[in-house]
Parts: sequence; C-alpha cells; structure tokens
Amino acid sequence: MKTTVIQFPGSNCDMDAFHVVSSVLGQPSSLVWHSETTLPSTDLVILPGGFSYGDHLRSGAIAARSPIMLEVKKHAERGGLVLGICNGFQVLTESGLLEGALLRNQNLHFLCKDVNLKVENSKTAFSSAYSKGQILRIPIAHGEGNFYADPETLARLESENRVVFRYVGAIEDAEGNPNGSMNDIAGIVNARGNVLGLMPHPERASEEILGSSDGLGLFESLLNTLATSALVK
Amino acid sequence: MNYKAKIYVTLKKSILDPQGRTVENSLHRAGFSSVQNVRVGKYIELELAGEHAEVETQLEAMTRDILSNPIMEAVRFELEEIALSATEG
Repeated sequence: MKTTVIQFPGSNCDMDAFHVVSSVLGQPSSLVWHSETTLPSTDLVILPGGFSYGDHLRSGAIAARSPIMLEVKKHAERGGLVLGICNGFQVLTESGLLEGALLRNQNLHFLCKDVNLKVENSKTAFSSAYSKGQILRIPIAHGEGNFYADPETLARLESENRVVFRYVGAIEDAEGNPNGSMNDIAGIVNARGNVLGLMPHPERASEEILGSSDGLGLFESLLNTLATSALVK
Repeated sequence: MNYKAKIYVTLKKSILDPQGRTVENSLHRAGFSSVQNVRVGKYIELELAGEHAEVETQLEAMTRDILSNPIMEAVRFELEEIALSATEG
C-alpha cells in the first residue's frame, strides 16, 4: 500500500501517521508538502492532524485551498483512498470531499483524552478489519470536533450507513460523546466509500506501547482492501 | 476607485452558539441581567480596487467561497469608498 502523507504548515501528526504506515506496517510511504502540485503514484493519501495555518479563519479552511488539494481531489475522483484524521477531517469537509462541518466543541474546551468508538459499519475499506459493534479505545485531541450537518444530510448519512464510527460511553471511564457531535458521529465515509474522515487519532493507538493498538485495524483494513483488489486485477 | 469592505460572518441562527452562551452568562454575572441572545461572530476588513459592480461581484465570491462556510455561517458586507491606501501611494 503506497501511502502519501500531506504536510500543511502547522500539521503536527504527520510523522505519527507516517510512522504507522512505514514502520509499523512496513509500507512504502512518502511525505508531500502542501504547495506541491503533483502527487507521487499512491494508493492512500493521509491528511494528518494538527493545526494547519493555526486554525486561522476556520480549522482546515486555508489548508483545504492549498495547491496539493487539487491533486488530492483528483485522486479521490479516480477512486483513490483518502483518510483525514482530526484536522484532516476538517480539511475534507472544508474542501467538499465530505459533507458537514466540524464546529467548536460544545463545552468550549480543548479535549485531550481517550474515548470509546463503536464501529458502526465494518464493510468499508477503512473498517473491514473490525467487526460491527466492536468498541475501540482511541485518543482524541481537538477543540473543534463537533460534527454538524443539516437535517437532510444527516438523515442521508445515517440511511446510507455512512457513519463509520460513533462515540459511546459505558466502558471504564469513557463518558460518551465528548464534543456534542450530532448523532454522536466520530467518523464518516463518502458515498463512494473511498474517502473517510474521523476526529479521533488511530495513528496514536497503533502500538501497544502507546496504550492501545485498537487504531491499527483502520490501517490494516486499508491494506486488506488493496490486497484484495490487487488479487482481483 | 478604492473601497474598504467590512465583512460580518455570523453563525446561522439554527446553529447553537456555546461561545455566545458563555459570553451571555458572563454579562449576566457582571450585572447586565437583561441581555439575551448573545451570538459571537467574526468581523473582517479588507481594501480592494476596481469599479463598484466588479468589486461587489468579487466580494460576493470571496465571502461565499473562502471567508465564510455556508454550511454553518451567514455573511454580509458593506462597501465604502476610500482614498488610496498609504502602501499603494
């Protein structure tokens, strides 16, 4: 699985994502600066977490209009895989690759803690290594993770099973929806199934030594998807 | 012609504004008890040059496409003629 991690000014989870795909999974990976106008040949593009452009104007707004995003959109149009984590999810909504928007956390606090995520849809390229209903322990670290969509879009996301991860509580000390997201939505996929955005950080939960490896399954799902499609070809 | 644009970006009325609510609580605690419906938005100023109609068209595009996110924000602007800015003179 060839992976390209995009770096925007202010991205700070780029190296964590790069580490998971290159060192933990041993896949060919590259880093590409936001002002580049071409993407290397790649299967997966990762838009990493961080504070691109200091969250100026709106989180992810300026990054979404970076030169490289034109290429990322073309990659998505060709059916290429795109994973947006945290700030990356914000960039995806600002660029129109995913519906909705991420608003300020309801309690106005920057939240930095572990949450429980329920896998709602285990049939996507990003979640096939999980089972439906599986609970994952993954950290969040965000001030603007409150997912919002108008009623019609929300209904469509639900009826099309495009909510892939939802916040849940009731295990150990997790309290459920931390930020007020509508329908407790933590991560969604696009209609075509090749673009996913989530607020939690699976790249920070991909090695037991960091406290949880529940996030590795997301990357393994992508590996499996590509392996399967390669066999089909 | 040179113009100064005053741009007001606000959360749509249907969106909950926890920041506004916090500010309202703060005003109440300070004794301003009749205050209600506090909403916090964004104010942007910029200068640009051109014919009035062209300037309006440009502003409509930049406020709609970049300066605001129509999913959750409303935007409006005012234009006023100004003398040449010192940096251009």
